[in-house]
Amino acid sequence: MKKLITLLLTAVMAVAACFSLTACGDDKSNARTIDFSMGAEFSNTYYAMFAESIPEDFKIGFIFLHDEKSPYDLNFYDAAKEAVAVMGLKADQVVYKFNVPESQACYDAAKEMIDGGAKAIFADSFGHGTYMAQAAKDFPNVQFYHATGTGTSVADAPANLHNAFAQIYVGRYLGGVAAGMKLNEMAEEDPSIVKDGKIKVGYVGAFPYAEVKSGYTSWYLGVKAACTNDVTMEVKFTNSWYDEVAEKSAAESLIANGCVLLSQHADSMGAPTACEKAGVPNVSYNGSTVDKCPNTFIVSSRIDWAPYFKMIIASFSAKYVEVTADTYILPDDAEDIDSVYVSAATFIKETIGKDFTAGDMALIGSVKMSAINADVMAKGTPAKLAEEMMKIMYEEDPSIYIFDCSKFTVTVSETKNKGAVVDGEGHLISYLADVVDDGTFTPDTDVILTEDGVTFFSESTFRSAPYFDIDIDGITIIG
Amino acid sequence: MTEQKSLHEPLFHISKRAALPWWKAWLIRAAAVLAALVISSIIIVIVVGENPFKIFASLIDGNFGTSYKFWTMLENVALLLCVALAVTPAFKMKFWNIGAEGQILIGALAATACIMYLGDSVSEVLLIVFMIAAALIAGIIWAVIPALFKAFFNTNETLFTLMMNYIAMNLVVLFINIWVTSGSGVLGVLSKGHFPVIAENKSLLTVFVVAIVTALMFVYLKYTKHGYEISVVGDSLNTAKYSGMNVKKIIIRTLALSGAVCGLVGVLLVGSVHHTLNSSLADGRGFTAIIVSWLAKFNPLYMILTAFLVVFFQRGANQLASDFYASRVTEDFGDIIVGIIFFFIIGCEFFIRYIVKFRKKHKETATASDFLSEGDNVSDGQDNEPAALKDNALKGEK
Repeated sequence: MKKLITLLLTAVMAVAACFSLTACGDDKSNARTIDFSMGAEFSNTYYAMFAESIPEDFKIGFIFLHDEKSPYDLNFYDAAKEAVAVMGLKADQVVYKFNVPESQACYDAAKEMIDGGAKAIFADSFGHGTYMAQAAKDFPNVQFYHATGTGTSVADAPANLHNAFAQIYVGRYLGGVAAGMKLNEMAEEDPSIVKDGKIKVGYVGAFPYAEVKSGYTSWYLGVKAACTNDVTMEVKFTNSWYDEVAEKSAAESLIANGCVLLSQHADSMGAPTACEKAGVPNVSYNGSTVDKCPNTFIVSSRIDWAPYFKMIIASFSAKYVEVTADTYILPDDAEDIDSVYVSAATFIKETIGKDFTAGDMALIGSVKMSAINADVMAKGTPAKLAEEMMKIMYEEDPSIYIFDCSKFTVTVSETKNKGAVVDGEGHLISYLADVVDDGTFTPDTDVILTEDGVTFFSESTFRSAPYFDIDIDGITIIG
Repeated sequence: MTEQKSLHEPLFHISKRAALPWWKAWLIRAAAVLAALVISSIIIVIVVGENPFKIFASLIDGNFGTSYKFWTMLENVALLLCVALAVTPAFKMKFWNIGAEGQILIGALAATACIMYLGDSVSEVLLIVFMIAAALIAGIIWAVIPALFKAFFNTNETLFTLMMNYIAMNLVVLFINIWVTSGSGVLGVLSKGHFPVIAENKSLLTVFVVAIVTALMFVYLKYTKHGYEISVVGDSLNTAKYSGMNVKKIIIRTLALSGAVCGLVGVLLVGSVHHTLNSSLADGRGFTAIIVSWLAKFNPLYMILTAFLVVFFQRGANQLASDFYASRVTEDFGDIIVGIIFFFIIGCEFFIRYIVKFRKKHKETATASDFLSEGDNVSDGQDNEPAALKDNALKGEK
């Protein structure tokens, strides 16, 4: 069975690894961009097999923190629309609720959707978590899906609650590689950007949470891997997910500090706009900014939620329910199509399970790279990214490649990185992370693993939501 | 005559109506609602290009579509009505208490604190008793502070009560940060201190409690000595003083009542409706209730109707946003309709109290007195003489 799944997927993967040059580019900006797709795609053909047997009375509800004006929510909404279309749901089988705050309003929205006949409910923001968990307890016959959530990490989590997050650190890392190559080119043209043998880059972060730290650390490790000079990074937090003014001024102060290339994890156009104005190259997040920043945008990564949504919907089809039932036995005279059903359904079941673990996410194409800006990128970037991607794709746990402990050092002190244990050279040998979200905020799981002689920080495997919150050497957080 | 010729006659002028028969007044109100709906429909067609009847059907569906929607609507009416009842005695007294939001929140905070600190050590029944007592006391304290300052130092109660809202909101945020250590700032659903559920209907208790409060408040304001005193203080402070009323005491007592009822709403929100706490728990009801109370002219029974009207559009707007997301209709759009309808309803009260007389085509020799007597025929023919004289006097005519 497993072999068949692998077969299904690898076939698609080979196709997905291709990339092409689109010289025409974007009409709006006239920028020349190179499409770059990554990850295997669990082909729409397989989803469509299940689409036929989705019950007429099936209904799915989506709860969004903001509306389409927020790039974060727009990313989810676009994915939901795509999934709904692929799975052939009718308009009355989908309910969207926008601007649902992280309060009792989330519970009420879920309840209202259930009253309207919803069988599956999805919420997109971390703070919706406790209300989703409560609703899951109160309505055991409805399935609840929560992005970025940690609710299923506790022992008594309701069985109908599911968490999900992608291995976005893979996308961040690749963005870092593109940035590192750009730095090489820049240093060649203008050696003065190398000061004391080091180049300084900057990062605008939202909050000092694991999700942000994991993102900028993997980006930084990507930059280091590709750059021939040593690289240091300055990080500035805005303490808001969306604050255009704060993000812009944070980017401006980083540029004033001498950062020659920037990236960000914050939702507005603040940082990219500041970069475009100052002519500083930028690696973006959650979507391409090439339209507004044609002279500085390099590449961007984002989580594509459409595969996850398609799987959720598929799991309500009659065929899925039939072939995944405990009592189901594949008949002896089964035709090939039957075993395809079984393996596809098994794959979906394993993937969406209790906690949509990241390893499967990368495999189904949940991490997406935007088109690369040919006018700004360093020469040879697409080929380099493809090469890196193929290395990563063949790892079951990409963090063995990206968070390889031998590639970075950590300083442990009374106030910094308390849970970490390092060897004489500063390489991690043990780290207790707060994986189980039991409200006590205590580190509980050692996430440093050793496989094939490589010691690495295993990110997004013990649970889907990130837990990498170490401050590694070379990164300075500025006030 | 030359003087009269040069008289400038305005396009229209306004004069006060004598009492209008009740059916005429309601006819004007119905016409206003109808006009509001027509204007809203036009805007719907222009802005979103949807069939207005579908929009109105969606509004109705949001309130009456299923038994869950119906009960949620009733629960919301009850909660809003209760806050309106809370602010009414103070308003009747012309004490502009706009601090209901804060009084609700502080009541909710006190009730939640009981759950957090006593939840594990006392029985559920005792816990509920503590929650109610704590919420009422907290609400009273929050309302009485500005009342004391008003009574003794004559401070501006509008600003004072408004500021008390922000203190309450931030106290809630502060305590949540003390109780929630994960940094998410979300308290989540509380597992203790749940009020009993009557007949398997979570909303019934709230509706029932508020029905009792409404009846009591109606009697209190209309038939008790306290209620009478409130009216006198509101109508004329000096009359109250001359007749030997202790105005300070009345202000403080009335505000204590306001605070207690707000505290009750707070404990209902925590114990029966939401089982959680955050700074938006009161959901703006402290402010919306002011409109509800005013529209009902401070009459608790009319308030049932005005509270329903507000909630009907809020819940309907919520449904609209779900049904018409594809046409980019958001809940904000519901607010636009609500705004238009309120504009007409409030506006029509003007036409019930006043009459607008338009300039008519007169013969060249028309006199001011012709014009006046013509206009006065409209105002139900009651006691024309003084009005005519007054108008003449205003124009400097004899």
